[in-house]
Amino acid sequence: MTAEALTEDTAPPEIKRSQESQAALMWRRFRQHRLAVWSLWIVGLFYFIALFAEFLAPFEPSAYNPRYTYAAPQGIHFIDRDEEGNWTFRPFVYGYKSEIDPAALRRTFVVDRDVKHPINFFVEAEPYRLLGIIPMDVKLFGTTERRAPLYILGADRLGRDLLSRLIHGTRISLSIGLIGVVLSLVFGVIIGGFSGYYGGWFDSVVQRVIEFIRSLPTIPLWLGLAAALPRDWSSLQTYFAITVILSLVGWTELARVVRGRFLALRTEDFVTAARLDGASDWRVITRHMVPNFMSHIIAAATLAIPGMILAETALSFLGLGLQAPIVSWGTLLQEAQNIRTLASAPWLLLPGVAVVVAILALNFLGDGLRDAADPYGR
Amino acid sequence: MLRFLVGRLISIVLTVWAISFVAFAIIQLPPGDYLTAYMAELSAQGERVSPAELEALRRQYSLGDPFLVQYWKWISGILAHGDFGSSFEWKRPVTELIWGRLGNSILLEGLAVLVMWLVALPIGIYAAVRKYSLGDYLATVFGFLGLAVPNFLFALVLMYLTYVWFGTTLGGLFSPAFERAHWSLPRLWDFLTYAWAPIIVLATAGTAQLIRIMRANLLDELKKPYVTTARSKGLPEWKVIVKYPVRVALNPLVSTIGWLLPTLVSSSVIVSVVMNLPTAGPLLLRSLTSQDMYLAGTIIMLLGVLTVIGTLISDLILAWLDPRIRHGGAR
Repeated sequence: MTAEALTEDTAPPEIKRSQESQAALMWRRFRQHRLAVWSLWIVGLFYFIALFAEFLAPFEPSAYNPRYTYAAPQGIHFIDRDEEGNWTFRPFVYGYKSEIDPAALRRTFVVDRDVKHPINFFVEAEPYRLLGIIPMDVKLFGTTERRAPLYILGADRLGRDLLSRLIHGTRISLSIGLIGVVLSLVFGVIIGGFSGYYGGWFDSVVQRVIEFIRSLPTIPLWLGLAAALPRDWSSLQTYFAITVILSLVGWTELARVVRGRFLALRTEDFVTAARLDGASDWRVITRHMVPNFMSHIIAAATLAIPGMILAETALSFLGLGLQAPIVSWGTLLQEAQNIRTLASAPWLLLPGVAVVVAILALNFLGDGLRDAADPYGR
Repeated sequence: MLRFLVGRLISIVLTVWAISFVAFAIIQLPPGDYLTAYMAELSAQGERVSPAELEALRRQYSLGDPFLVQYWKWISGILAHGDFGSSFEWKRPVTELIWGRLGNSILLEGLAVLVMWLVALPIGIYAAVRKYSLGDYLATVFGFLGLAVPNFLFALVLMYLTYVWFGTTLGGLFSPAFERAHWSLPRLWDFLTYAWAPIIVLATAGTAQLIRIMRANLLDELKKPYVTTARSKGLPEWKVIVKYPVRVALNPLVSTIGWLLPTLVSSSVIVSVVMNLPTAGPLLLRSLTSQDMYLAGTIIMLLGVLTVIGTLISDLILAWLDPRIRHGGAR
């Protein structure tokens, strides 16, 4: 058969289908994993909250009000009756009245159904800077009445709004996961890449080191390292130190993935061809090998984020991670450590719900990405 | 088998040495030492210590020596007469403080492993044999929850629920009457009435993972021709499953202890702090905050060593079960 006959035989629509780009194939594969698509939305929402925390949160995380310590969650109500008794759509919260608990002899707050405070959107607020840069004086929602309490998810021991603190904590917790993974990725790609590409004694040493690190229980190790941080460091310094500590263990997993991919690709024909063509090691790695397993690395990195978030939460919960002025999910949960506090203010466990949802969503997303990384399989 | 054993033992010795070095290095990291913390505490109470006294204390604990010298003193003391140094804070030898607590840790973790296996095996087998049944889906949901709920959060929720429903507070491992008693049947019973909660908390995450692994392993095996052969011979169904594929699927499961144990030890530290258990965890946290270096270093080291020994045991079991590993072939 001649070459011309071959081209004529192949029907045009089939050519079109086979020309679908790699990215399109991956996207199609990703969409088959329904949970992963949902998780992508949830993760996106979480990072959106983290990005615009100052705008979304009705209060500053440190704003306190001693009049409303441990105020119960108000919840938020949407349907209301106006003066003529017609149903209207208007978000509002109920006010509080304080009662003396006869058993514990202390003041508790109960939701008072007679007082209503309407919630308005885009209310004016104290001037603040979004992300510390953009000056703004509008918040997404709030009450316009002066001194009206707004504790949709309740208040903590200083009368600080849990919802606002949760929103600000989302920024810290999620960004620690992200920065920690980026750091691990840098270590992992460099070390794993060297060990996979060159092999030899360097590879064996790295493998032994990785095995050693992975055989250690991580929490005692992290605790030891975190306890070594000077107490007088600023919160920003502690924040970065904690991410470095977390990535000291985190790089091992990513280095394994990278090394595995390098080993698998090293003997492929196109790599040999590039090398015989006189391409330098650097060029072979960056132009021929890395694009081939970039997607695998992204999937592995996504799967590493939940571990980082959990680790930060655990460390901060024990009091050796991030310290008080910084608000993260871990420091929020630290407030709920005491069973007596928990019994009177169970809503302090709500940050735990955020942790669980974020961990699940990131895991499903990572699973979906891993499937999509190899769209030709199965 | 002997060659395998010797090879493993050599690597274990090296690992333990590395662990001791890392543990000691971590403890040396903080700026200042226990004496600076101690001084700060004393001066906060209005007491004064002369520089000469300070120097004497420093020499007594040999805090002024270079790192390697201090490490050598510590490690040779351990090897020569099992002396792990003494705790600054408690003014007692470290060994006196930790053995009881470490014993509790081992007991708790051992029981957690036992519960994990006892629960995960039947559920995993069921989920694989009845694939896509209601039970399988329930097991999957449970697996995801076990993956995503941090164990300290689970401990908190459990404590809250028992408080609200039964009005009791969980925590501790013994009632005061049995705290210092010797082991006996009543004490064992007392222990179990307290220990069920931490064991459940510790076992949940591992159980969820073991179920997933067991299910996947068994599903791979069930497709193989030898299962069909066994069935066509006319063996009863339970025998077909339990006699062959389950035994094959067990092998990879044994090797999971290698990573199960480090996570278990980790989580037992944090769960112990939450539930106030007399294990090594709370002592470690306390010693780290007060820079009680020999105590903290010893606990970190012994937790690491215990993990490595546990992994060694699982390797030996695996080698005993699987001749391919024993002879180092089939690679």
